[in-house]
Amino acid sequence: MAVETFYTQIARNKRNTWLLIIAFAVFFIALGLLIGHVWGGGEVRFSIATAAAAGGIAFILTLASYYGGGSVLLGLSQAKEITKADDPQLFNVVEELTIAGGLPMPRIFLINDTAMNAFATGRNPKHACVAITTGLREKLTRDELQGVLGHELSHVRHYDILFATLIAVMVGVLVMLCDIFLRSLWWGGGGRRSRGRDSRGGGGGAMAIMAIIALVLAIISPILARIIQMAISRQREYLADAGSVELTRNPEGLAHALAKLADDPEVLEVANRATAPLYIIHPIKKFEERSESIFDTHPPVRDRIERLMALVR
Amino acid sequence: MTIAVLIILGVIVLMILAIIGVYNSLVQKRIRCQEAWSQIDVQLKRRYDLIPNLVETVKGYAAHEKETLERVIQARNQAIAAQGVRQQAEAENMLTGALRQLFALSEAYPNLKANENFLALQEELSSTENRISFARQHYNDSAAVYNTAAQSFPNNVIAGMFGFQRQDYFELEDTAMRQAPKVSFNR
Repeated sequence: MAVETFYTQIARNKRNTWLLIIAFAVFFIALGLLIGHVWGGGEVRFSIATAAAAGGIAFILTLASYYGGGSVLLGLSQAKEITKADDPQLFNVVEELTIAGGLPMPRIFLINDTAMNAFATGRNPKHACVAITTGLREKLTRDELQGVLGHELSHVRHYDILFATLIAVMVGVLVMLCDIFLRSLWWGGGGRRSRGRDSRGGGGGAMAIMAIIALVLAIISPILARIIQMAISRQREYLADAGSVELTRNPEGLAHALAKLADDPEVLEVANRATAPLYIIHPIKKFEERSESIFDTHPPVRDRIERLMALVR
Repeated sequence: MTIAVLIILGVIVLMILAIIGVYNSLVQKRIRCQEAWSQIDVQLKRRYDLIPNLVETVKGYAAHEKETLERVIQARNQAIAAQGVRQQAEAENMLTGALRQLFALSEAYPNLKANENFLALQEELSSTENRISFARQHYNDSAAVYNTAAQSFPNNVIAGMFGFQRQDYFELEDTAMRQAPKVSFNR
């Protein structure tokens, strides 16, 4: 865990983000063109229009979640912003960590819930918000709190929040597009096909092949997209754990905190399926008891603790 | 002929652009080091500012512990007046020791320990100790990034050309000082 790898890791994260977004966008447009092609019976203008419409929706949703996602999430979680006077120690712990990481001070929110959990949001370090539950605040020692907040600040520092938001939107729109396409096949949608055949003439066999490819892709790509999304999410959790130790130089703090979090039987009431991936541990199901699955957002807690304790020499 | 000239010109332009890029990134990393360094001073000053307050508060409850209180004040003044890295490190070391003693002493005064002002000051001071060590850690991290950038090829050629010198790491002979004192109290 040399310092160097840490900085290069952040740089690589940023590069990967862009590569992934570009690759996803290319795939997305290609799929849009293909579906438009099948719908429009080979009419080029119609397939371009379909791709453009899908791309436009994805673009608007991405922008909206980029700028507004944080406040929506904080609102959904019923988080209330606090000031230093409300909890000097909590602010001190966060300020210490921002010094260690050379980060600006994030805004801090409390969620009034006895379940123990925390999450970070905001599109970049300057707009970062960290939210923790009152249960977590009360049950952790200073060192454990430091570990958890270090994990959250690492998400901020690695631009994980931006990354997760963009991927979530793109996967969402992709699933939507495939869904609409598959439904349209049920409805027949042959109205345009005959007209397309008139203007083009011939090419019926190629059209059928295109339709089959589109059908297969529409079925497979949402599943693939989700598996990739979850794999990235788990990777990011490990990375944020390592990042926390880079800041605190104290793996035991976070390890103890994770053990406490895993033992906490309470369910966070304000969390739901949509917001679950953002928390430090999965807020809904007892995670570590389930076997590892490719659809999990978080790695098993036992694994995370083992990796942390490996850092204690 | 003209194509060869164009290619040579193109290569020269690219090289100049590359040099500008490396130069700017080195400058940026060096500035980050300087910022990190000044952050250490900010946190040290924060500690100096907190101490008179602390001493006043303790005086109200444990006035006859004059010796310890005076030692804290003295160590603080010495640390402020210290010149050079080495002397400063020694003075800071003494101050840390004196503070630790002061907090150990407070255990014997239940009234003092129950004082809200004292508790707040204790939290602020223990946080400041963490801040100082985190600021040093951040300086060393920044220095490591800068040094690696300035020493690896081909950046080292450009660094040599423009006089980018190696940044020293913050190291202390006394390990007790590197570890911030454990005045923190788990709650």
